Amino acid sequence: MSNHEYTPSSKFGKWFNDRLPLLTLANHLTDYPTPKNLNYWWTFGGILTFCLITQIVTGLVLAMHYIAHADMAFSSVEHIMRDVNYGWLLRYVHANGASMFFLAVYIHIFRSLFYGSYKSPREIIWILGIIIYLLMMAAAFMGYVLPWGQMSFWGATVITNLFSAIPLVGESITTWLWGGYSVDNPTLTRFFTLHYLIPFLILGLVVLHIWALHVPGNNNPVGIDIKKPSKDTVPFHPYIVIKDAFALLMFCIVFALFVFYQPNILGHADNYIEADPLVTPAHIVPEWYLLPFYAILRSVPDKLMGVVAMLSAILILAALPWLDTSKVRSAVFRPLFRQFYWILVADVLILGYVGAMPAEGLYLLIARVATAYYFAHFLIILPVLGWKEKTTPLPLSITEPVLGGSPNFATARIDEKIQKTIK
Amino acid sequence: MRKLKNIFFAIIFSAILLNSSYSAEKSPPFLETKWTFKGLFGKFDRASLQRGYQVYTEVCASCHSMKYLTYRNLAEKGGPEFSEAEAKAIAASFEVTDGPDSTGEMFVRPAKLSDKFVMPYANEQEAKAANGGAYPPDMSVLVKARKGGADYIYSLLLGYSEPPEGVDLDDGVYYNKYMYGNKIKMPAPLSDDLIEYTDGTKATAEQMSKDVTNFLMWSAEPHLEQRHKTGFRVIAYLIILTVLVYFTMKKIWSRVESKV
Repeated sequence: MSNHEYTPSSKFGKWFNDRLPLLTLANHLTDYPTPKNLNYWWTFGGILTFCLITQIVTGLVLAMHYIAHADMAFSSVEHIMRDVNYGWLLRYVHANGASMFFLAVYIHIFRSLFYGSYKSPREIIWILGIIIYLLMMAAAFMGYVLPWGQMSFWGATVITNLFSAIPLVGESITTWLWGGYSVDNPTLTRFFTLHYLIPFLILGLVVLHIWALHVPGNNNPVGIDIKKPSKDTVPFHPYIVIKDAFALLMFCIVFALFVFYQPNILGHADNYIEADPLVTPAHIVPEWYLLPFYAILRSVPDKLMGVVAMLSAILILAALPWLDTSKVRSAVFRPLFRQFYWILVADVLILGYVGAMPAEGLYLLIARVATAYYFAHFLIILPVLGWKEKTTPLPLSITEPVLGGSPNFATARIDEKIQKTIK
Repeated sequence: MRKLKNIFFAIIFSAILLNSSYSAEKSPPFLETKWTFKGLFGKFDRASLQRGYQVYTEVCASCHSMKYLTYRNLAEKGGPEFSEAEAKAIAASFEVTDGPDSTGEMFVRPAKLSDKFVMPYANEQEAKAANGGAYPPDMSVLVKARKGGADYIYSLLLGYSEPPEGVDLDDGVYYNKYMYGNKIKMPAPLSDDLIEYTDGTKATAEQMSKDVTNFLMWSAEPHLEQRHKTGFRVIAYLIILTVLVYFTMKKIWSRVESKV
């Protein structure tokens, strides 16, 4: 937070600002001191905001033409694709937008994991982020149900059935979710309502997420606390704005390639078959962004424990600021953690891969090992690493070269990689 | 570190390989043919779409519905582009039940451009009863509803053969090497000179398969041409804007001693 007082120059501006300090807020957002060494992994926060807005805007227009009824949902989507002006564009942007949203959020999360952005004093930002991520998964899942294709229907059946694993009240909860005794029209209408609601909840949480961010300020690739404002920071506008804009445009090019040239490649062909409660598809597979968790779910033989494992896999992230006992934030100065970090990335990718394969034989074995490793990473490796690991020396500031500024001569032996990060 | 990265990529690479071999054992590779609708500027072959409609209406339509298509679509831009008069004539050759009229009676009239494609059966039950229990799927979005898309449909139409030894087929079940499980209830629908093309093209099975698949691709993606055209413009615009923003960014950041 910048502490200097802001006074609008115009008389009206002053009058207005005294009553509602919007101009102070705008001034804070423009001047917001940002570390100048942020790399492009930091641009995904802005990209995610863009994704959310895109989903809300395209979703609003789609909702004007979509009919949430089991007999009409599928044909109303075809109506959008064929007869609504630019309906095909809206729907493809919305459907691929969900995938792009998750792509961006995974990069955002793994950036945070690498540079230790979840550590004190940023725990609340991190936890808000996890809640946003959970809501995103709920919104995406329910959105996938709306076209009422085969995967919509059977995906909804599989996921809602998970709740029946809860002891005692499980069956009643499932019935309550369905609004009946199977996935049917009442399920569709409530999913549509929730799918419409959740993005606005996310929007509210995003405001809190950014607010919480603006209290301590951004973490940075070096991971050290910096004075703000100082030689280490630049004002948000124009420096970060233009950089975010550049990264966003690159992202949009990839987005556009999907929308205009491979609009269905991330979806499943079966979802172009209208839902049929009497015909089960050969393989019921969720969307790619849920696959790692699907793999964890299926790797546990017991249904209830599978659900618990899947939920824990996400909720364990909320405890991360306390599981990671290392005082050093950035992986740049943590040689051992850096290796385990990449193993974790590979582990999650493997989980995603086996999640798309049938749960049998070798695939099941791989899924089990990968699931065990996933939990071991957070519950064993991270806490132990914090105590055992010998970290490399931290620079004193982003700008000042360690050679001159450091009181300890040993820190002068800084490797090339760190040098590069500081620049 | 480097070693670790190599292991990392080795895992991903082998996973991709494993995946392709996994799907390869299920069905033989699709027959290859050149589609004009693929690629950055892909467009439909207009004459092929018109012939494809002829194959559909003379062969497929006796069992398969196309319920999301309207006769006006036949004259629309980016499709077969029949003239409006031709499309009207096509529509008029079908009869639809309309009503009730002012006396409360339903009546039969020739179809208009605004009518949906007439369905071969009144309902799913009738369709099943007429086809030995198998429901001929609606073909409006069929290309998008099958893994492999147009290549799959094209291959399937030409994939009929005598069953290999050891495969027993019930009555009314046929062998097709591209079908999931190799058993299909639809008899081989196309054979040489089954129909006579109005434009004089020789109606080989390959030609008809290709034409009708083109037609089905269009029916599944009626705005494909517009999508490709808009897509190229959008991406070209984005690239130019990105380059401009890049140089603006460089200029702005040159004020501070830091790299972007």
